[in-house]
Amino acid sequence: MRDTVTAQTGFAPPSAKPLLAAAAVIAALVLLPFVAQAAGSPATVALATRVLIYGIAAASLNLALGYGGLVSFGHAAFFGIGGYTVGILYQHYVADELILGLFTGSNQLLVTLPAAVVVSGLLASVIGALSLRTSGVQFIMITLAFAQMIFYLFASLTAYGAEDGLIVRRRNELFGLDTRNDTVFYFICLGVAAAFFALLSRIVRSRFGLVLVGLRQSERRMAAIGIAPYRYKLAAFVISGIGTGLAGALMANYLRFVSPDMLHWTKSGELMIMVILGGVGTLFGPLLGAAALVILETVLAAWTEHWQIILGPLLLAVVLFTRGGLQALLARLGGKP
Amino acid sequence: MTLLLEQLLNGLQFGVMLFLLAAGLTLIFGIMGVINLAHGSLYMIGAYAAAIAAERTGSFLVAVPAGLAAAGLAGMAMEYLVIRRLYARDHLDQVLATFALILFFNQTVTLLFGRQPLFVSIPPALNGSIEILPELAYPVYRLAIIAVGLAVAVGLYLLINRTRIGMLVRAGATHRDMVRALGVDVRLLYTAVFGLGALLAGLAGLMAGPILAVQVGMGEQILIMTFVVVVIGGVGSIRGAFFGALIVGVVDTLLRAFLPGLLRQLTTGPEADALGAGLSSMGIYLLMAVVLLVRPKGLFIANA
Repeated sequence: MRDTVTAQTGFAPPSAKPLLAAAAVIAALVLLPFVAQAAGSPATVALATRVLIYGIAAASLNLALGYGGLVSFGHAAFFGIGGYTVGILYQHYVADELILGLFTGSNQLLVTLPAAVVVSGLLASVIGALSLRTSGVQFIMITLAFAQMIFYLFASLTAYGAEDGLIVRRRNELFGLDTRNDTVFYFICLGVAAAFFALLSRIVRSRFGLVLVGLRQSERRMAAIGIAPYRYKLAAFVISGIGTGLAGALMANYLRFVSPDMLHWTKSGELMIMVILGGVGTLFGPLLGAAALVILETVLAAWTEHWQIILGPLLLAVVLFTRGGLQALLARLGGKP
Repeated sequence: MTLLLEQLLNGLQFGVMLFLLAAGLTLIFGIMGVINLAHGSLYMIGAYAAAIAAERTGSFLVAVPAGLAAAGLAGMAMEYLVIRRLYARDHLDQVLATFALILFFNQTVTLLFGRQPLFVSIPPALNGSIEILPELAYPVYRLAIIAVGLAVAVGLYLLINRTRIGMLVRAGATHRDMVRALGVDVRLLYTAVFGLGALLAGLAGLMAGPILAVQVGMGEQILIMTFVVVVIGGVGSIRGAFFGALIVGVVDTLLRAFLPGLLRQLTTGPEADALGAGLSSMGIYLLMAVVLLVRPKGLFIANA
């Protein structure tokens, strides 16, 4: 239908529209702190920072879950391990001790973020390599099992605060910027998020991304045309874990605190909810879902202590009446088929 | 030796509680293909209804039907209003919808009964302990839980394997479309199975009242363990749920009882205690991961 309309009216090809939309969103995000300042609501900047961080995590999960059909219920492990990388590096930096007698601590964002990427990537390769031997519900549960093991490990490591977690007294430094300023930190997160989504859009449009979608639709068919499923799925899982670890490292900086809460299974659930709420298998859907969930929580919590009694039915309505989440709802409201 | 036996009994008691939840969960998953995260909420509803009824009337005999009825009715309502619309959807939609139900139920209970945990006293008839072996006295109430759990297991076995409804349930678990094609009212069957699962969850909840604190969030704690049981036993298999529950119950209890002590002999100080607690909680997840790697479909899968 759309093709014929385009042909008749000679509109620009459909690919230009998302680009325009992306440019508008980026402009809005850049202007946001200044608008918030003018409107006298500095808390909005902190809220937006959380949205961006959760957006990165949810979009990463979506690469495995939405594009690859790998329903991981254990992404809290990567989120938490990213956070703990920052926390542990900071603790050793302050105490001036070596980690395992090998590495020095650090409080430089340019060190801690890559470190979080490496650590979460390694963890994701191990968990992925084992978990991907199963599929379906078993995959959901085995990823949960690994995440729970990591949770209990950190909840019992007294050297790193056990259940109380670690306090990161000052945010990591970057080029002498004042990272304690929430607006500055917001722009750092915005930069990371922009780079991340640019990379992600390249990945999902690449041959690799197409193979991934093909594997979700029919693994047998892909195997029949000569593609080894395991390697592609593992790569997707590792990239997904890395992105989530990166978000966890940013979150530890934002909160200046990291605790086993970041590793708890409810965090995996929360990320999954963001993806489903926003739209499974869409590039910006998870960001939308993260924004909706974080903002709803904040607004409803300010309104009533019993905000979950409203959030629950709202989520239910989204599932039952909008197939494909908010992204699909917006697309339908926008008049697209 | 007596300590080991006592902990084995504790594990057995925890195991049959897990079985009551896992049986419902595995049936609902096996037959309807629905991942019901809100199964723990039914457990909580059963526990709360029984606790409130016991508090008002002072009689455990009133509390039992109250807990069962509340959980059963809540389950049927849940199926009729929400779950029924999810049968044809994929698992992700089911996860989100039932997660939403958890939020709703938890907050409703908080609103009605507050955040303070309720404590239920053990019914006088089952209070005290008996000496089952020389030097081993064991609480009667826990023995009663084990007895009820085993009786339910036998009853379920007979129901599933010896009755017409059970035949439909078994057929539904393996050849859903064929059952429908033969003219069975699948909707009714689904509601009945869901109601049965809810009843069992409520039973577990009301029995848990006197030995655990009845509080918001109790459902989610046990839900995750229940999923572990279902996966270890094999999705859709009642037999698997039974043996899986006993394995998980015993392993978890024994690790919690003995691992910290063993670690304390190796190292000293508070690290040993914390590490022991952490490692023993990790145990069942390690077990599940190993089982899934060796036998991805679970240990006791019905139609392997």
